[in-house]
Amino acid sequence: MTYLTKLSAAALSDLLISREVSAVEATRAHLEHITAVDTDLHAFLHVAGDAALATAAQIDARRAAGEELNPLAGVPIAIKDVLATQDMPTTAGSKILEGWIPPYDATVVARLRAAGLVPLGKTNMDEFAMGSSTEHSAYGITRNPWDRDRIPGGSGGGSAAAVASFQAPLALGSDTGGSIRQPAAVTGSVGVKPTYGGVSRYGAIALASSLDQVGPVSRTVYDAALLHDVIGGHDPLDSTSLTERWPSMAAAAAAGLQDDALRGVRVGVIKELSGDGFQAGVTQRFNETLALLVAAGAEITEVSAPNFEYAVAAYYLILPAEASSNLARFDSVRFGIRVNPESGSLTSEHVMSATREAGFGAEVKRRIILGTYALSAGYYDAYYGSAQKVRTLIQRDFAAAFSQVDVLVSPSAPTTAFKFGEKLADPMAMYINDVTTIPANLAGVPGMSIPIGLAPEDGLPVGLQIMAPAKADARLYTVGAAIEQLLEASWGHTMLSQAPALTPTEMFASEEGAV
Amino acid sequence: MASAELMDYDKALELFEPVLGFEVHVELNTKTKMFCGCANEFGSGANTNTCPTCLGLPGGLPQVNKKAIESSIRLGLALGCEIAEHSRFARKNYFYPDTAKNFQTSQYDDPICHDGSITIELESGRLVTVEIERAHMEDDAGKLTHMGGATGRIQGADYSLVDYNRGGVPLVEIVTQMIEGAEHDAPEIGKTYVAAIREIAKGLGVSNARMEEGNVRCDANVSLRPRGSNVLGTRTETKNVNSLRSVERAVRYEIQRQAAVLHAGGTITQETRHWHEDTGRTSAGRPKSDADDYRYFPEPDLLPMAPSREWVEELRLTLPEPPAARRKRLQAAWGFVNLEFQDVVNSDLLDAVEATVAAGASAQAARKWWTGEIARLANVAGVAADTLVTPVQLAALIELVEAGTLTDRLARQVLEGVIAGEGTPTQVVDSRGLAVVSDDGPLVAAIDAALLGQPDVLAKIRDGKVQAAGAVIGAVMKAMRGQADAARVRELVLERAATIE
Repeated sequence: MTYLTKLSAAALSDLLISREVSAVEATRAHLEHITAVDTDLHAFLHVAGDAALATAAQIDARRAAGEELNPLAGVPIAIKDVLATQDMPTTAGSKILEGWIPPYDATVVARLRAAGLVPLGKTNMDEFAMGSSTEHSAYGITRNPWDRDRIPGGSGGGSAAAVASFQAPLALGSDTGGSIRQPAAVTGSVGVKPTYGGVSRYGAIALASSLDQVGPVSRTVYDAALLHDVIGGHDPLDSTSLTERWPSMAAAAAAGLQDDALRGVRVGVIKELSGDGFQAGVTQRFNETLALLVAAGAEITEVSAPNFEYAVAAYYLILPAEASSNLARFDSVRFGIRVNPESGSLTSEHVMSATREAGFGAEVKRRIILGTYALSAGYYDAYYGSAQKVRTLIQRDFAAAFSQVDVLVSPSAPTTAFKFGEKLADPMAMYINDVTTIPANLAGVPGMSIPIGLAPEDGLPVGLQIMAPAKADARLYTVGAAIEQLLEASWGHTMLSQAPALTPTEMFASEEGAV
Repeated sequence: MASAELMDYDKALELFEPVLGFEVHVELNTKTKMFCGCANEFGSGANTNTCPTCLGLPGGLPQVNKKAIESSIRLGLALGCEIAEHSRFARKNYFYPDTAKNFQTSQYDDPICHDGSITIELESGRLVTVEIERAHMEDDAGKLTHMGGATGRIQGADYSLVDYNRGGVPLVEIVTQMIEGAEHDAPEIGKTYVAAIREIAKGLGVSNARMEEGNVRCDANVSLRPRGSNVLGTRTETKNVNSLRSVERAVRYEIQRQAAVLHAGGTITQETRHWHEDTGRTSAGRPKSDADDYRYFPEPDLLPMAPSREWVEELRLTLPEPPAARRKRLQAAWGFVNLEFQDVVNSDLLDAVEATVAAGASAQAARKWWTGEIARLANVAGVAADTLVTPVQLAALIELVEAGTLTDRLARQVLEGVIAGEGTPTQVVDSRGLAVVSDDGPLVAAIDAALLGQPDVLAKIRDGKVQAAGAVIGAVMKAMRGQADAARVRELVLERAATIE
């Protein structure tokens, strides 16, 4: 049954619809694979095997009864632990929420369930999505399936690693400054940050409300589109949710697979997101991809986005400011762990303080302090106020660029996956890693990362970021699917088929070797 | 707590000029809360009207209650405010267990309503215009109950319980500009201003406006400026003064207390103060400086609002007549003297009298019944007068009295029947057989019997001593068991006395 885990969600869906394979079989195959590989990789914080099999059995029964189901019904999925699930613990990678089971489902989770997808469990992440390596999880690291000594990206390293290691064909992520796209890039998977307001945030534990967006993680562009169609669309519970009717992303991806889909497409290369600071192999694969695009009839233009230079600085004011307020509710009064102070009286203030001291990790505390400072009277205008102005300038840069081109491209990340611990001691080095992905969040525009090959120097995946104007998510799927098809044709295989096999035997062997 | 020294009020006013400011919180009576679909209901079981949003659970998000915005705009319009073309919510960040999110969703630099004023009339007839700086929307906090202590206060309590049912209930906070020139009237201005806000909110129907249930809560700011100085004194903010009389007392108390402190060479601490209803004093709360840092920033989970001018004008058309103007109009129309009118207003019976007059009764009769017999019965029953009978029922009763079908005494019996649920006044008259005997036949017989039974009285009447008729009238009424119209009896007595053999 292991072949079932190698299938794309779309291919698995075909087998489920034709009833050649049951949802229970598909689910069991994935659970077995999780058992085999995840002790080492640690993509999951929680695996809900029994519940998944029960859900799968229900889907099989409904399908047997002739019910018309969503194409993804019966397809297993992993859920980033930032999303509230009423039948599974939801910790956002933080000790302060250890064991907390929400009394409700996030809207996207409710939509998954309504569409009949089978939740396998919750995936690891940097605590409250603060990080680019998943090393800031309170529950331990997640390994990159391509190289066990390297990070899987972050904050959604668990979802990306789960998909890249065939533990799930699909996963949900959340992207505040690149937390879907950068892990996708460094694990050779596909990740999409939809237009801000395109997917409901209700039930997504907030990091920075004006930047957060939930989106799909997968191994193919078409799979991401199928999942986007399930989770997207207006939600009255999220006041920032857009009210438009969205076109089918799956249809847009399918259009990208047609001949000549790229002919005449105007592709802008962002001058500021290339060159110095980008790993040679990343630049090489990026340029090769551009050459393929030209050969396929696309028009490449270099565009300048001069204010992108300030994006990281603005982001690291806006994010901590909003986060410092969003994280205030973690006070032990209504949910989560409670820690009493070792000395002094048990006033609510002392208990809140002791709980937050013990429950939050160092990176979370760092950002709460930064944000509290940035919002303080007398500093607000200089910090938060100025950062919001930068945000407006970046939106104008995007508007100017999109007046000339249909999509913008850049490498998804400046480097391939780095080694554990490499950037932990230097927060700035970690922050600057998001230079490519942050502008899309600041402007609210959609972005996608797709794999474009392995860097020659280290054999690790490189990602291409594609960005479109706000609400033009469909364009990403068309262009992304077209490029993916071109690349796979040029390689003669999919990218993830080249990933090292993860078998229990090999893992034990390497652990013995390490001793 | 050492009891504070107070300066004589007149002396305090001689030495200092009081400067006032009020923050009045009006709780809106929307069906649901400000930012979620939970019921906005008083008296439900603890924490039953809650959801992930108003409990501040991870992942909860706010959704604006449009009705609350509408009510806020109407309240702002009634206060003569401008309605902002662009308005937004802001987070006011502070940690407290009754605030589920540990920030209050409020408004900061873009309040929905700003720059209004209302004119209030004091008992002396003095008119005072109170300028309104802003009226902004925010969500209420939950309710803490401190257990185990003697006083129910947090000091000395073993633990505290929190009920988030009130958390997220919509509030409008109305903030005045500084009120200068109040002079001796300062306490009365406080009371009258809060009464006016309460009356306006009630008249609009946007709040239940019951101070005893906390629907209207007042924070009173008081500072004193030495005569001859143009520098403002340090203010105190007395929180949650929750009855009109308390507003008056608290302002007076703070003036007397601050005057004593300042006169003795002391300084006033800028702080919040608690009002103690029982002792009539205020006590120090927490220090409050202008630099209190709530780290306000625009609420990113909600979109800015841009109430269209068309909508605002539509809402303006829904405003009822301003309470003060309405009172003036009704008093003139009804021809009541001030005392009569105040009696109606103070008994909260303006609506009832107006409706009774609209149903056909005379204003005086309506006033007399509502503030007299009905108010008495309501008082005995411990309910509001206007819950006992409807204006239409009362108007029918008054009509029966004026037609001579009922005497006042009989009418009171009919009223009891109506209150007891026996039907309309006419039905009660029929079923209880209470109609005045209007056929003169039985009356004449009774009168003749009474006159002949008291020949000395008959003689006096014939001698022109008409007041002697009273004894005969009394006897006749007694004989008729009250079921006779005393005026008609009197007429007939005089007539029969002249002719009887």
